[in-house]
Amino acid sequence: MSARMENKGRHSRRALHISPRKLKKAIFMTLATGVCTFFAILFLTPIVLTITNSFMAPSEISANYGSVFATTSSGGRQFVAERVNLKFIPDMVSFSQYITVLFKSPEYLLKFWNSVFLVVPIMIFQLLIAALAAYGFARYDGKIRGVIFFAYIILMLMPYQVTLVPNYLVSEKLQILDTYWAIWLPGIFSPFSVYLITKYMNRIPTSLIEAAQMDGAGEWKIFTGVCMPLCKGIIFSTGILVFIDYWNMVEQPLILLSDPERYPLSVYLSKINAGEISLAFAVATIYMIPTLLVFLYGEEYLVEGITYQGGVKA
Amino acid sequence: MPQTGEQSVSEYGIPKKRFPGKKRENARTAHSRRPRIKRKRTKRDLIAQWGSTLFMAPSVIGVLLFFVIPFCVVIYYSTLNNPIAKEFVGLENFKLVSSNEAFRNAVRNSALFSVIAVPLAVVLSLILAIALDNKIPFRTQFRSFFLSPMMVPVASVVLIWQVLFDYNGAFNELIGKFGLEKVDYLKSDKAIFVVVVLFLWKNLGYNMILFLAALSSVPQDIIEVATLESATPRQIFFKIKLRYLASTMVFVTIMSLINSFKIFREVYLLTTDYPYETIYMLQHYMNNKFRKLDYQALSAGAIMMSLVMIVIILILFAADHHYGKDLEG
Repeated sequence: MSARMENKGRHSRRALHISPRKLKKAIFMTLATGVCTFFAILFLTPIVLTITNSFMAPSEISANYGSVFATTSSGGRQFVAERVNLKFIPDMVSFSQYITVLFKSPEYLLKFWNSVFLVVPIMIFQLLIAALAAYGFARYDGKIRGVIFFAYIILMLMPYQVTLVPNYLVSEKLQILDTYWAIWLPGIFSPFSVYLITKYMNRIPTSLIEAAQMDGAGEWKIFTGVCMPLCKGIIFSTGILVFIDYWNMVEQPLILLSDPERYPLSVYLSKINAGEISLAFAVATIYMIPTLLVFLYGEEYLVEGITYQGGVKA
Repeated sequence: MPQTGEQSVSEYGIPKKRFPGKKRENARTAHSRRPRIKRKRTKRDLIAQWGSTLFMAPSVIGVLLFFVIPFCVVIYYSTLNNPIAKEFVGLENFKLVSSNEAFRNAVRNSALFSVIAVPLAVVLSLILAIALDNKIPFRTQFRSFFLSPMMVPVASVVLIWQVLFDYNGAFNELIGKFGLEKVDYLKSDKAIFVVVVLFLWKNLGYNMILFLAALSSVPQDIIEVATLESATPRQIFFKIKLRYLASTMVFVTIMSLINSFKIFREVYLLTTDYPYETIYMLQHYMNNKFRKLDYQALSAGAIMMSLVMIVIILILFAADHHYGKDLEG
């Protein structure tokens, strides 16, 4: 598209013009696909490796990865290779890891239930309280509400290093330190869901609410009958985001719980990693399953939830 | 509802399609711009006001109880010499903490990490989003693949990272083939780069979704006009799309920054309590102080950190405000 081409006649310009542009487009597309493929492989490898390696027999694990975990793995009975042998496909598919985790040593499974027991109440009650609060924020526009909402945003953006100190002080005062309440209560009142659901509720047309009011519906009726059905999608999305965040928690249990027996699997797994390496892949895979299931069935909701987060201000 | 009601809803009660720029205008003036003529407050308004206040009550009380009031206590503690004597010492604790070698090291490492990781997270995810914004084959599959690390708990993949980056690990094996020296990545100055890789792995997908949404909200007619005016794709991208992306970019930066403080998880799960010096993060310092129940240091640290965060967030908000204005005219 140089000046030389511009000077040529209309017809010849056309003939010459299109092909470089198309070529450029084709190059760009190939490049884009290439970049995507590269990153896709990079992103998937660790996950796939974890899952496939969970089907290796313990002896194969220690043969392949013994040199990495040699200092920590249990005894040198098995043959330990000099170098790491990163393998996608096990030599022999074996369920022995799973059998051990599920039936023989239940302590890992117990930690899994600890995780469930920690995350599910937080998710349910955070959504419930957030839906109510979001209705309050969206229903009426006032100066104080604006200030409170801005405070919520700032609070939402504060890292754990800041919020854990106040949380610890409250837990100590209420004497709920070392119990799950210390994690549940701050989790339940976390402003994240309020922010997300309010942003969505702000888009519900006022006329809809007013129509309901005209028909004699009270506030509670408007909330349950008009708002909630419209917000189903965003509540699912928020639920997924809350779930993955807390399923992944490390900081809170480390500080608020002192008894390792009560730790969720997310923290406890690192201790297995050092110890029984042959089981760790199976435990890791089991721990992934809930989030992967949520992902498979709720990807659209997840994407919608993230999209709504965009733009910090309501 | 009233908060954005006047601008966002047409008289037929159908939400107007809003351009990104317009949306921002709404946001900024949502609370200040109300109808000029003061309407008489009807009974219905009062019900809306007080009824909805009741709805907010549980959340507001909870936030006050678990975050705001204790934070005030934190401020109070930060000015005392110790919790028993309760003697007022002013800014003494802040001086003490900020001159502490471990704290300085932690701040330096955390800051360095954020400075490396956040721009990379923004740029790389933007590249991914641009690539995916075209009609390339397997588009939806790629999107799922990029998002999947976000769903996987850190603890689950830590093992693989160890296998990859150990001294005897797969990565060393690979570069060994090219005749490069073996390095124990997690116990060397290169540890921070490993951590950056882990961070990118986890966060790119999330950022990419935000950018994809922003790219698809660029008004198509403007691009069509530009194409008719024979703008090159590069011009279209830099002169048009990038401006519509500005606000999202600010948001992605904020979220990446917040997430960069969560990198402690990866570091902790990989190296437990005592990591190599260069990846000793702020959270490690805090954990240490929690173990010693050093409330003064904790309070002072938390307050300093919150101040820094608030300043950064306000600067980014201001940047958003500034760039957003361009689009509104």
